Amino acid sequence: MATKASRSAARVMMAPAVILLLGWMLVPLTMTLWFSFRTYLPLRGGDQGWTGFDNYVRFVTSSSFWPAIWTTLILLVGVLVITIVLGILLAILLDQPMWGQGVVRILVIAPFFVMPTVSALVWKNIFMDPTNGLFAHLWRFFGADPVSWLSDAAMPSLILIVSWQWLPFATLILLTAIQSLDGEQLEAAEMDGASVLSRFFYIALPHLSRAITIVILIQTIFLLAIFAEIFVTTGGAFGTRTLSYLIFQRVLESQNIGLGSAGGVYAIILANIVAIFLMRIVGKNLD
Amino acid sequence: MARSVTNQRKAINTAAAWIIGLLIFFPILWTILTSFKTEAQAIADPPLFLFFDWTTENYSTVMERSNYGRFLWNSIFIAGGSTILGIIIAIPAAWSMAFVPSRRTKDILLWMLSTKMLPAVGVLYPIYLLFIQFGLLDNVYGLTFILMLINLPIIVWMLYTYFREIPGEILEAARMDGAGLKSEILYVLTPMAIPGIASTLLLNFILAWNEAFWTLNLTAAKAAPLTAFIASYSSPEGLFYAKLSAASTMAIAPILIMGWFSQKQLVRGLTFGAVK
Repeated sequence: MATKASRSAARVMMAPAVILLLGWMLVPLTMTLWFSFRTYLPLRGGDQGWTGFDNYVRFVTSSSFWPAIWTTLILLVGVLVITIVLGILLAILLDQPMWGQGVVRILVIAPFFVMPTVSALVWKNIFMDPTNGLFAHLWRFFGADPVSWLSDAAMPSLILIVSWQWLPFATLILLTAIQSLDGEQLEAAEMDGASVLSRFFYIALPHLSRAITIVILIQTIFLLAIFAEIFVTTGGAFGTRTLSYLIFQRVLESQNIGLGSAGGVYAIILANIVAIFLMRIVGKNLD
Repeated sequence: MARSVTNQRKAINTAAAWIIGLLIFFPILWTILTSFKTEAQAIADPPLFLFFDWTTENYSTVMERSNYGRFLWNSIFIAGGSTILGIIIAIPAAWSMAFVPSRRTKDILLWMLSTKMLPAVGVLYPIYLLFIQFGLLDNVYGLTFILMLINLPIIVWMLYTYFREIPGEILEAARMDGAGLKSEILYVLTPMAIPGIASTLLLNFILAWNEAFWTLNLTAAKAAPLTAFIASYSSPEGLFYAKLSAASTMAIAPILIMGWFSQKQLVRGLTFGAVK
């Protein structure tokens, strides 16, 4: 159907976007790969030549590597479980007939639009501060000792903050999926005497599985890269140093570019493993 | 009988949803309320909810003290500039993929998406180095360019999904009438695509406005947008609840309002058309 002329025009029109993204991908990636094989300390002697796989070995054998992997996984799994379980419940609730549905939807979605530095600072100071925070007031009101949330319970606090930010996203996508659920099918099941729980597990949940998978994959990509929330609240202290925060510290704080770059390559590989699954789902949808 | 039962259920649903909705919104509400208190009222125990002496003093203090206008302008410039630049580059690409698809279109789209998955921290130093090399560190143009590249895949995708919904027959009819490629895009396609372009613009403006990795790492005093301005409040000497709240409220208010308008497009934009 398309003529030859329009094909070549199409190619020209695609070129700027393709070339820019190709450059954006290849140039920094090549540089990271290059640095990862070198001893490169800008403040202590500069580029000191090849070291082979030394940086890769040192990165995974350093004492901070496994704790960082654990922190990353705990944050990831914690936030995913909270946002998906609460997201499903909330989506089902929001799908019910009620008064003021539009306003409630707006209230629930709002946290997603708050910039990460604001939500981190507001939670850190106004809520979790051990002397003046709202939680401290509440604890004192019930006669308990206020908790230093971001040092004594740093991970749960961080998970709470991040979950608050991502719950709207999960809810919104799950709600969209629920709204496309066949109401007649549910009614038929109800008439046949299926209980609320079995209707949920045998009809609603299978219908939602695709949306849940997408929420998991997209959130995973963003959660693996989480930065500002940690930067503002704990600066990576008290066991909140994730893999990407560890790499950030190696690169910018200790200025060990070779080591940080090797870590960067690990992070890129990790993200790509997740991305492949996401691409498959998205790709299927294109046909 | 049946009717009263549904009404009762509706009332329970309403109550539950409102309580949960307000609970989720509470941190934002509390921040807005605190921004109108004095510093002493902001940390009062028991906390003051609505009955305090409302003041707008914090807003004027924040604006006077911290050169708020420049941070705001940087945010507007970076978010607006990167979005508009991205859309200008993405429209022809998305157009050609939607209307002149080839065997490789799907692969190109997926590949573009894959660049979005690149963890920023993995390329932090190369970008940092390139920025120093080209004098772009702490420069609004450099940041605008980076954020454009980051959001370009999402912009292409969103536009592509919108363009694909435009019926191809209309284009054929225009071609029959002798419309060239340029007028086809300008007079036929663009007017039909404006709603899609508008929502792409809105969502990507929000994403760029809230971006907090590159904006924190590539700016110092000159080019810092609101994300970095707020982060500067984490130092102990800047710790004033009421002022922090006022600064926060100003940083999130415009985006909250835009976000509420874009909530329908949010799902499409962030799931790459996989959930509709």
